[in-house]
Amino acid sequence: MGIFRMPSLGADMEAGTLVEWLKQPGDRVKRGDLIAVVETQKGAIEIEVFEPGTVAELLLPVGATVPVGTAMASIREDGAVAVAPAPDAAAMKEERPTAAATMPAPQLQVPPPPSQGIKASPAARKFAEEHDINLASVPGSGPDGAIVFVDVEAAWQRQGGAAATTAAARTGAKGDGAPVDGMRAAIAAAMARSKREIPHYYLGQTVDVTIAADWLAQRNADRKPEERAVFGALLLKAIGLSLKKYPEFNGSFADGRFAASAAIHLGMAIALRGGGLIAPAIHDAADLPLDQLMIRLRDLTNRVRAGRFRSSELADATITLTSLGERGVDWVQPIIYPPQVAIVGAGTPTVRPWIVDGVPVARQLCDLTLAADHRVSDGHRGALFLRAIEALLQNPEAL
Amino acid sequence: MSETSDPKVHLTRSHVRALYQEMLRIRRFEEKCAELYTQEKIRGFLHLYIGEEAIAVGVMQALQPLDAVVATYREHGHALARGIEMGRVMAEMLGRQDGCSRGHGGSMHIFDAATRFYGGNAIVGGGLPLAVGLALADRMQGRPQVTVCFFGEGAVAEGEFHESMNLAALWQLPVLFVCENNLYAMGTALAISESETDIHRKAESYRMPAAAVDGMDVVAVETAARRAVEAIRGGAGPVFLECRTYRFRAHSMFDAQLYRSKDEIEAWKAKCPIEHLRAWALQAGSLHAEDLTAVEADVLAELDAAVAFAEASPWEPVERLLADVMTPEAPS
Amino acid sequence: MSGTSAGGAEITYRDAVREALREVLQQDPRTFLMGEDVGRYGGCYAVSKGLLDEFGPERIRDTPLSEAGFVGAGIGAALGGMRPIVEVMTVNFSMLCLDQILNTAATIRHMSGGQFSVPLVIRMATGAGRQLAAQHSHSLENWYAHIPGIRVVAPATVTDARFMLRTALLDPDPVLIFEHVMLYNMTGSLDPAADPVDIDRAAVRRPGRDVTLITYGGSLWKTLVAATELAGQGIEAEVIDLRSLRPLDDATITASVRRTRRAVIVDEGWRSGSLAAEISARIVEQCFWSLDAPVGRVCSAEVPIPYPKHLEDAALPQTPAIVAAARSVVGR
Repeated sequence: MGIFRMPSLGADMEAGTLVEWLKQPGDRVKRGDLIAVVETQKGAIEIEVFEPGTVAELLLPVGATVPVGTAMASIREDGAVAVAPAPDAAAMKEERPTAAATMPAPQLQVPPPPSQGIKASPAARKFAEEHDINLASVPGSGPDGAIVFVDVEAAWQRQGGAAATTAAARTGAKGDGAPVDGMRAAIAAAMARSKREIPHYYLGQTVDVTIAADWLAQRNADRKPEERAVFGALLLKAIGLSLKKYPEFNGSFADGRFAASAAIHLGMAIALRGGGLIAPAIHDAADLPLDQLMIRLRDLTNRVRAGRFRSSELADATITLTSLGERGVDWVQPIIYPPQVAIVGAGTPTVRPWIVDGVPVARQLCDLTLAADHRVSDGHRGALFLRAIEALLQNPEAL
Repeated sequence: MSETSDPKVHLTRSHVRALYQEMLRIRRFEEKCAELYTQEKIRGFLHLYIGEEAIAVGVMQALQPLDAVVATYREHGHALARGIEMGRVMAEMLGRQDGCSRGHGGSMHIFDAATRFYGGNAIVGGGLPLAVGLALADRMQGRPQVTVCFFGEGAVAEGEFHESMNLAALWQLPVLFVCENNLYAMGTALAISESETDIHRKAESYRMPAAAVDGMDVVAVETAARRAVEAIRGGAGPVFLECRTYRFRAHSMFDAQLYRSKDEIEAWKAKCPIEHLRAWALQAGSLHAEDLTAVEADVLAELDAAVAFAEASPWEPVERLLADVMTPEAPS
Repeated sequence: MSGTSAGGAEITYRDAVREALREVLQQDPRTFLMGEDVGRYGGCYAVSKGLLDEFGPERIRDTPLSEAGFVGAGIGAALGGMRPIVEVMTVNFSMLCLDQILNTAATIRHMSGGQFSVPLVIRMATGAGRQLAAQHSHSLENWYAHIPGIRVVAPATVTDARFMLRTALLDPDPVLIFEHVMLYNMTGSLDPAADPVDIDRAAVRRPGRDVTLITYGGSLWKTLVAATELAGQGIEAEVIDLRSLRPLDDATITASVRRTRRAVIVDEGWRSGSLAAEISARIVEQCFWSLDAPVGRVCSAEVPIPYPKHLEDAALPQTPAIVAAARSVVGR
């Protein structure tokens, strides 16, 4: 049994109205015979039949308007018995692939702007969001006073870049490729390069700093807090003076060769409150009187923590000291900051048992370590360098 | 397709049978397309060639394998007569991957590199400059090929027609222009769109040899085409044939044919090129009743196989959506 | 105006294009130049002067005023194995062959399912500045840059004028080359290291950190002058010469804008629906969170280009407007 259905004559034809049956039940039809006239929006069209046989039943009255695919008549094949047709339109529709089924819909990921009501550029908003900076407190220098990227960057530096690491950890790397956390990225790049390129060797020496500590305590006793010196200043001075005898630890290694530096610019690793660290330099540290050195050290620390330091201070250290201060651990195995060739580490000075003249006594001890570039120096010279620092610390008044 | 460039038509039994079979292939193929269209298996526009089969079949007899063909959006007949496998043409109609254009083109854009079949051009008049260029390339490279360009009489109102006539004649290029004059540009009758309704006289004004041919008579078309192709291959420059014909069916599928009368349609149907050849061949004894039955059976078997092949063919994966926009190979 | 770069011989843009044509005509027998007045007249802008004597009328082919006809013939010839260079005298006349470029050249590869590529080069002059008034001053290259299936390039330097043609001819797909009319008389130094050149990358013509100025073709030189002026005001502008208008080199654009966080696009087309609009949209799509200011545009006024010099100047992008736009996005 064949079913004659309302044909689709064009993609824009959705339905047709039966105007006239050109065949009646019992009539024989062959392929191509006209069976009905259907009115469409383009006019009356004579419809042909593709099933040969005998018209069994007309299922649609003249005047009926039906969608494409609706059964209109049943046609009995020669010799077959009539069966009632299913009058649905969907039966003849075949499955076609759809674009939606196979292609993911394009998605535009648009994070919402992080602050409302403030005129700030997208770049500024993104940086502020990632660095926990309140845009309301940032003066704008852009078009019409809008806050632009450099304004927020400056504000972040004023705050000491404190939020950098934590905010970056929270938001993660996202957006369109602008740096998420410049400091973390800079540390990562420098340290990875150091470990990749520099053949480090490490030496350690426990130094009795009791004399130095006592001398400092005595010296600070009758001074105002802002004039007091710290152990770190002594250490810096001792390192600076020692470097004059051991210049292979002071300079830079680039393009396959070591360049010793005439000037001694001592980098001082300073941890930031929110995480991360930077190592600005104290210029010509070896030649500064201790008081001067102390002033410079205090000034630098304060400025770094306030985010106000000069880029030249970051760029030109010739060696670095990393000192763990008073709440640190016993010793540190530091990583050289390229292109420098050495770094001195100082653990937290603590009172420990020490053998003096065969007798255990309580002394203030500090573990000094040296990481140095084996392309430039050897362990023997490194040991002499550490010993020189130790010797100077035994005679603090000369520093 | 003939392998010779003999300008004469030799009506041997086998040749008459071949002409009949070629026309019947087109007729049955397109009837099937109409059916598949009403079932929504073929979509878009579907322009049927039924009634005009003698022109494509007659002209193709005159071509060599390396000659080029440029056709229009009513080109299923030309594709089949040119020798593109019926299954691949049907797969193209259904938009399937095994279609001769990977299903990208559909009914209006049949292309085939193997037979130098350059479309399937569905902007009226747009294929004519293409044919001029193909012929120019053959001429400049010293190749003896001919380019045949089919178009309807509607195209002659376009500027591209006149520009192409002029260029081909001016440069004496090896093009056979075949105008299939079926009297209606969609629904606009020739008489209400052209000041000069003898189309071939337009070509004469470009000093191009031109003739009107009975497009309902396959032998007449083949004879004219063989003479023309022979002359063109001999260096005579372009030739123009106006084949007068009629489409028996609507312009496209969705057409109530308000612009022409049933009487006119019936009068032309009486000149059906297939019936015409059959009657002549039976009378002349070139074909017998059993030949006709055998041809019909051959054609239906080929058609069934073509439909089965097309319906079994996969869809082009969506991942290839952009694959054929630009040529992927790097410049060499 | 001077397109000087370091080293190399001094040459005019016109001579650079002619040398490019001469070179490819000498090297590849499949190439030929076709267009209106390219032969005996020597080219509307004297680009092809002397080539007729050297290569003869078959390969330096004067055409009638039939843009659709000869562009279509170029497409056909490309399909037939030639490497045609079609000169459409100016973009203003290319409207008459837009059908062939859009509906034939750009579609054939796709609609033939990848069977046919069209290795065609079309050259046209574009742009205003010679007081040629409303019908002869268009910059419509962005209309072509809208079309998938073709490449669109705009050489702005003598080096690109000299070397882009050969790369374009090696491309298997249609390439449109837009030569700005104001550049033909420009003298510059050929970059001796520039052969061969790519035709899909933008070039940074001037590095800078404060704002990215994106432009192409005739506007490049106005933009470079603007950048120099800006430098005097303490604003370092980076100038990008797009070179390829389709495809657009997103990577070069976005790398620069992410760095400068500000962009101004200089485009001689009308603002509405312009190439500048497209680039602006891409910057917003790809660089939104890196921006410090809205993207600026310096385009032609929305008026048919007027005849009197002062009005024509007022209608086109000029250096002061570029400087002002850059300053406004920088906020100074």
